[in-house]
Amino acid sequence: MRKILASLVILALLISVVPALSQDMVELRIRWYDDGNEGEVLRDLLDRYEMENPGVSIEIDTVPYRSILEQLPLDLAAGEGPDMARVTDLGGLAEYYLDMTPYLSDPAYWEENFGPFLNWKRLPGDMSSIPGFMTQLTITGPLINRTLFEQAGVDVPSDMSDSVSWEEWAAAAVAVAEALEIPYPMAMDRSGHRFAGPAISSGAMYFDDMGHPTVMDEGFRNMAELFVNWHLDGTMHPEMWPLSEGYAGANEEFANAELVFYMSGSWQVGQFSEQIGDAFDWQVVPNPCGPGGCTGMPGGAALVGIGATEHPEEVAAVMEYLASQEILGEFAARTLFIPAHAGLSAAGVDFDTDLQLAKEALGVFVGQVGTLEQTAFDLQAYAFNRALFDATRDRLTQAMVGELTLDEAIDRIQDDVDTALAEQG
Amino acid sequence: MRLLALFDPLTRPLMLLLVTAVDRALTPIQRRVGIDKMGYFFVLPNLIIFGIFVLFPMLLNFYYAMTGGTKLFPADRPFIGLGNFGTLFDCGDFLSPNSCQEDLFWRGIFNTIQFVVFQVSGIVFFSLVTALVLNRKIVARGFFRSVFFYPVLLSPVVVALIWKWVLQHEGVLNAIVEVFGGESTRWLLDPNWALFWVVFVSVWALMGFYTLILLAGLQSIPPELYEASSIDGANTWQDFRFVTMPLLMPTMFVVLVLALIRAVQMFDQIYVLTGGGPGTRTQLMVQYIYTTGFSNQIQLFGLSAAASMVLGITLLVLTLLQLRLGNQSQLA
Repeated sequence: MRKILASLVILALLISVVPALSQDMVELRIRWYDDGNEGEVLRDLLDRYEMENPGVSIEIDTVPYRSILEQLPLDLAAGEGPDMARVTDLGGLAEYYLDMTPYLSDPAYWEENFGPFLNWKRLPGDMSSIPGFMTQLTITGPLINRTLFEQAGVDVPSDMSDSVSWEEWAAAAVAVAEALEIPYPMAMDRSGHRFAGPAISSGAMYFDDMGHPTVMDEGFRNMAELFVNWHLDGTMHPEMWPLSEGYAGANEEFANAELVFYMSGSWQVGQFSEQIGDAFDWQVVPNPCGPGGCTGMPGGAALVGIGATEHPEEVAAVMEYLASQEILGEFAARTLFIPAHAGLSAAGVDFDTDLQLAKEALGVFVGQVGTLEQTAFDLQAYAFNRALFDATRDRLTQAMVGELTLDEAIDRIQDDVDTALAEQG
Repeated sequence: MRLLALFDPLTRPLMLLLVTAVDRALTPIQRRVGIDKMGYFFVLPNLIIFGIFVLFPMLLNFYYAMTGGTKLFPADRPFIGLGNFGTLFDCGDFLSPNSCQEDLFWRGIFNTIQFVVFQVSGIVFFSLVTALVLNRKIVARGFFRSVFFYPVLLSPVVVALIWKWVLQHEGVLNAIVEVFGGESTRWLLDPNWALFWVVFVSVWALMGFYTLILLAGLQSIPPELYEASSIDGANTWQDFRFVTMPLLMPTMFVVLVLALIRAVQMFDQIYVLTGGGPGTRTQLMVQYIYTTGFSNQIQLFGLSAAASMVLGITLLVLTLLQLRLGNQSQLA
């Protein structure tokens, strides 16, 4: 009887103490999406943080990427968002970010190391807020299946010249596909962002003299025409753009060696290292050239604090930990992401892979940073660039299937952007 | 207390307790409001739920349709009256979507009309034929009833993924075509084939449900009527024409109304199967509403709400028209 009584007393004490303990515990939530293993790496890093900071618990809510694009903005507008989020619509959601400056122990570190990329996450006119840091810098560019070129006996154009045009790549990819009966010579992610690099290389300006977004120039039209025609004649994967809604990629086709040339970006390196490994020689090649340069598009994902959080100090503390050179370096090394951090770029990252193909691929992407045109940076920094990208994607698709002529499609892109911006005010 | 006799002796005390408790709780209310108004009291919980989850959102949608801008909270949105409807109906030629300011809205309308006509006709026809066959004394009737109902149990996303696998260029259908010496086709890339397959897949997925309703309708027809028509010398067609169809008509109208509503609301299955493509060939109204309001970076809630009101009103008119026609045919 005494034992029972003693147990009951202990239980009662525990019950009264646990809520008191949990009241002191700060729970933070991160809305996250995964391209590869980064969620796993982040969890590991946060586990270490929680060990050192027992009063903080951090939950990662991993959601599909589409949810980051569509659901997160609604949640933020409704004041129901998480404490932190991984976003790619960097400027579009800027009004909801937390300016962590007052809570950071060393704001100068952030300016020094993330300076060029902080503007991407700021509202127009804002020159000082520190809302978060880039988890990765991405560069768009083509990947090729080199093994297929070798099997087909076709020279890889970039082996012979530093300045290969889109047309030359298309001819080579078609030659490989015909020789080996490969179903898809070329594919490009279904994304206006991906199209923007080739368009700028072709001479597209994307902004008029007043800084208003425009697609009404010869450079944009030339690339659009080439791109639409390649879908009609089978050079480009004929189903990916016409038969999808929103973003679509050709990862599966590339990994299955059904695709010769894939216009995508640096975030694929981690995935292809896992999926393909060294089953065949895949390689990143420099962005094709045109009259406007040889540019891809910069981009990336950022982890940002959300302004509606009830725990700004704790959020800033977690961000400081994750953005520190040591931790961010480990994150980049383990995820095979290119870091957007001046210190790490200078010191270099020893990527955690034995796969030589992956190391070389990352090296080529890093080398591409210097070839990016200023227009590409301006476009990436433009807060409403997704309106432009989405309209480009959807209207060019209509031109591919004959619902609109190319000129009608370009007019519609401009109308869509103008209408959306007018509503935005 | 006669109610208690319906329960077995073991549960009767529990039921007695329950009935007494309910009686004690409700008697004072009944005294206050009167027995005539107790019906309202009983439907009140349902009305509250209906009000919160249906009526209030409808009114909110109506308000959104009258506002512009991109803010989420109604109070932050500028009132623009019928401006959104003006945008939707700003057309040079209503039969040519390219002449309209919101061309995608009109493409959605035309696609929806085509889809509804073909899909609802297909569902009614094939469900009726299947129900008539399954109503006969055929071998393994129970098995076939299950087989036809089975697709209804599948999620629309699963249905779409299965058929996408069948219809893709390196899919099962092309493999079969090639075995018989034919050439493989990009079934979903051709605009007309895409519409055909979207209709076909939805008929395949949904007809089991409507077949079941029609089967119930067929089984409620008294067999004596068929005996009487047989004595009068009627053949099978005359049985169908003069006995089955008139008596099945009320059930047919239920099927028609349900199928029509479901067809106009169709979204998930098509979204996964074709993404609304090729281009916008299979993009229906609901997808336009979703894209405009939620998928785009600059979310035009007002325009999206106005389009959903147009859709709702169209659906209401069509349903009322059908019910009116149904009543007239029954009276005749």
